[in-house]
Amino acid sequence: MSYVIEARGLVRRYPADGSPIRAVDGVDLVVEAGEAVSVMGPSGCGKSTLLHLLGGLERPDEGELRLGGVRVDGLSETRWAVFRRRNVGFVFQAFHLVDELTAVENVELPALLVGMGRREARHRALELLERLGVAERAGHLPDHLSGGERQRVAVARALVNEPLIVLADEPTGNLDSRATGEILRLFGELHKAGQAVLVVTHDARVASTADRLFTMRDGAIVGQTRLGADTPVAGLFADLADLGSER
Amino acid sequence: MRDVILSLLAKEPAHGYELRQRLMRALGPAGGELNPGQVYVTLSRLERAGLVEASEVAQPSYPDKKVYDLTAAGRERVTRWLADVTWSKVAPLEFHLKLFAAADTGLADPVALVDAQRLELLRELRQLQELALREPPDSDGALLLEGASLRLQADVRWLEACQQHFLERESR
Repeated sequence: MSYVIEARGLVRRYPADGSPIRAVDGVDLVVEAGEAVSVMGPSGCGKSTLLHLLGGLERPDEGELRLGGVRVDGLSETRWAVFRRRNVGFVFQAFHLVDELTAVENVELPALLVGMGRREARHRALELLERLGVAERAGHLPDHLSGGERQRVAVARALVNEPLIVLADEPTGNLDSRATGEILRLFGELHKAGQAVLVVTHDARVASTADRLFTMRDGAIVGQTRLGADTPVAGLFADLADLGSER
Repeated sequence: MRDVILSLLAKEPAHGYELRQRLMRALGPAGGELNPGQVYVTLSRLERAGLVEASEVAQPSYPDKKVYDLTAAGRERVTRWLADVTWSKVAPLEFHLKLFAAADTGLADPVALVDAQRLELLRELRQLQELALREPPDSDGALLLEGASLRLQADVRWLEACQQHFLERESR
């Protein structure tokens, strides 16, 4: 079977005084269809660089990368760009919406870029905004949206071409607790709908919602674990029983 | 439990079932941990301690029900409870000592202990998250879940500091 993401031995070096820094140092990682995966680690551990490599925003110095079974690490810049538009949706901490375009125009842009007709692109963009609960904000510029709304628009944009994978880099980094909750709820729904998602974060709450968690340190993956709640955690509210026997 | 029940009675007298309903609403998903008799047991303890008094109210087609009201001593205890600033445990002492013991004796690798602990907390966090998805966002129950979740997040951050601490020690 082919994986949504299959990375083998990815290495990315940055020049530095003395020997180059290995920002990503031999990472193997696979993501299956429909899987939600999170990569967690302290800042500077290389997790954002890894996300850039997986989405083709940077090129690996070594290693192989396949997305949906297609070998992409050797693609030319132009072909990578075409492949990426169709198959990878990005969500960033700073939203990266185009300030001059309204919410719906931001969402339909990637669809227009892959050659979808105007009418269909608009229809799909509006449908997504509706699904993400920001339909009534469709005609607003990003400046007039709250952080949570902007991120929902950004998620809609990431989804508009029905990508193989959504790559999210600290998607809640600029959001308060309530808006974070809304984005997590949304990711939960995407996951249920079968969308594969890879989230890079240092936020434990975000990381904990994935099926599998990778822990990164110094450019390498040092731990991998399945978080699925087959065994419910006992005693989340065990204190309550104790309250009865107090004093 | 005693204090919250006393407080709920400060507004007006109530019977056990009513108190239980109000508590369940406040607790949201945590309400499941409240065992059925807990409110009634607590009420009879409070009665014995002279903090509440009960009166029987006749009902036409049911057995008499007990309605509870605060006594002066009960009212005073409620005032004290509201002003009390005691907070539940701040320092994660036990785990700290476990790490110290592991490192000191070589019985276990502190970094591995931290990893295992962190995984457990992430599982709890995930479960809280799942509960939160089912809870109306503005409910009292959601507020409790948010508190639980923020505390766990802080604990996870501390575990990361623990890991850093022992990794640096290893590399020295």
